[in-house]
Amino acid sequence: MTENREWSEEDLKKRRLRSIAIALILAGMVVLFYITTLVRLGGNVADRAI
Amino acid sequence: MSDTSVEMSSAETTLARPEAPAGGGSVADYFALLKPRVMSLVIFTAFVGLVTAPGTLHPVFAFTALLCIAVGAGASGALNMWYDADIDANMQRTAKRPIPTGRIAAGEALGFGATLAVGSVVVLGLTVNWAAGALLALTIAFYIFVYTMWLKRRTPQNIVIGGAAGAFPPMIGWAAVTGSVDFASIALFLIIFMWTPPHFWALALYRARDYERVNVPMLPVVAGPDETRRQIWIYSLFLVPVTLLPCAAGNGGMVYLAASLLLGTMFLALAWRVFRRRTGPAAGLAARQLFGFSIVYLFALFAVLLVEHGLGLYIAVPWGWT
Repeated sequence: MTENREWSEEDLKKRRLRSIAIALILAGMVVLFYITTLVRLGGNVADRAI
Repeated sequence: MSDTSVEMSSAETTLARPEAPAGGGSVADYFALLKPRVMSLVIFTAFVGLVTAPGTLHPVFAFTALLCIAVGAGASGALNMWYDADIDANMQRTAKRPIPTGRIAAGEALGFGATLAVGSVVVLGLTVNWAAGALLALTIAFYIFVYTMWLKRRTPQNIVIGGAAGAFPPMIGWAAVTGSVDFASIALFLIIFMWTPPHFWALALYRARDYERVNVPMLPVVAGPDETRRQIWIYSLFLVPVTLLPCAAGNGGMVYLAASLLLGTMFLALAWRVFRRRTGPAAGLAARQLFGFSIVYLFALFAVLLVEHGLGLYIAVPWGWT
């Protein structure tokens, strides 16, 4: 199914938008994991020996 | 010097513009792989399972659970489109999907779907609980291996058994809260499980030629439209009592009981019309009406459960188990 053809302007635009979408999804996952970690730890995050 | 510049410029051009991939779909094409309309019903039913379950779940984990269930359902859709690309290309309803039209290569859909499937299960298991994660994994595996790969092209019972995959989401939502599988969540499962055959057979009645062309043994193709109408009527007769199970299990109250009886009567009326009208445009119209109403029916049943719990309208039925 590999096809030898050049990137058209349309292809490049689609690739740019795909890259932006992936970046946004990854950023969203980072935020989600950060928040879930905070919620899971709750007050225990401060309950440790210093 | 100038030769070197030309060579570098040429190399840069080559690096900047490698061969374009076969697919190279847009973001919208990848989103279409997730079957967003199916996904919306999955999210909704999972949400109802989550809300009606006893206990509480932190809003962040509730959101995460719904997100994972949605992504898992989308992954199932993408993997289904990858496997069924050959028949999708020859069916009117599915010919414009991203793979048959060449907008996304089959391998890309496989990688996309597999990544989302594993990711959704792992994230749900790690952040919410592994009962919900295991149920999501079972749902995806059932849809792909049991329904898509095994049953769909082999038996007219494909959507009867395969319908279980679409029935799991409220159980996953329930398990996200409780960490378990209870009779009340099984009742929600059974509603969708019993609803699936009349829903899809109504569609298959007026899309029979599509299925026949691609050798998918849907009931109208194998047993004929009259037998399909009879089966729709029989399954509808079983479906309506099953929709009352939430009342017995304690997650449906008096409002739900009244709504399910009213909606069930309407469903039976339309199923009876499908059974009786067997020729001409009236037969096709009856099947289309039942198919259209079946979507509203399922949505309405779960919406009533949601409203009953959300607005504090729950009054237990006298013969409930709880």
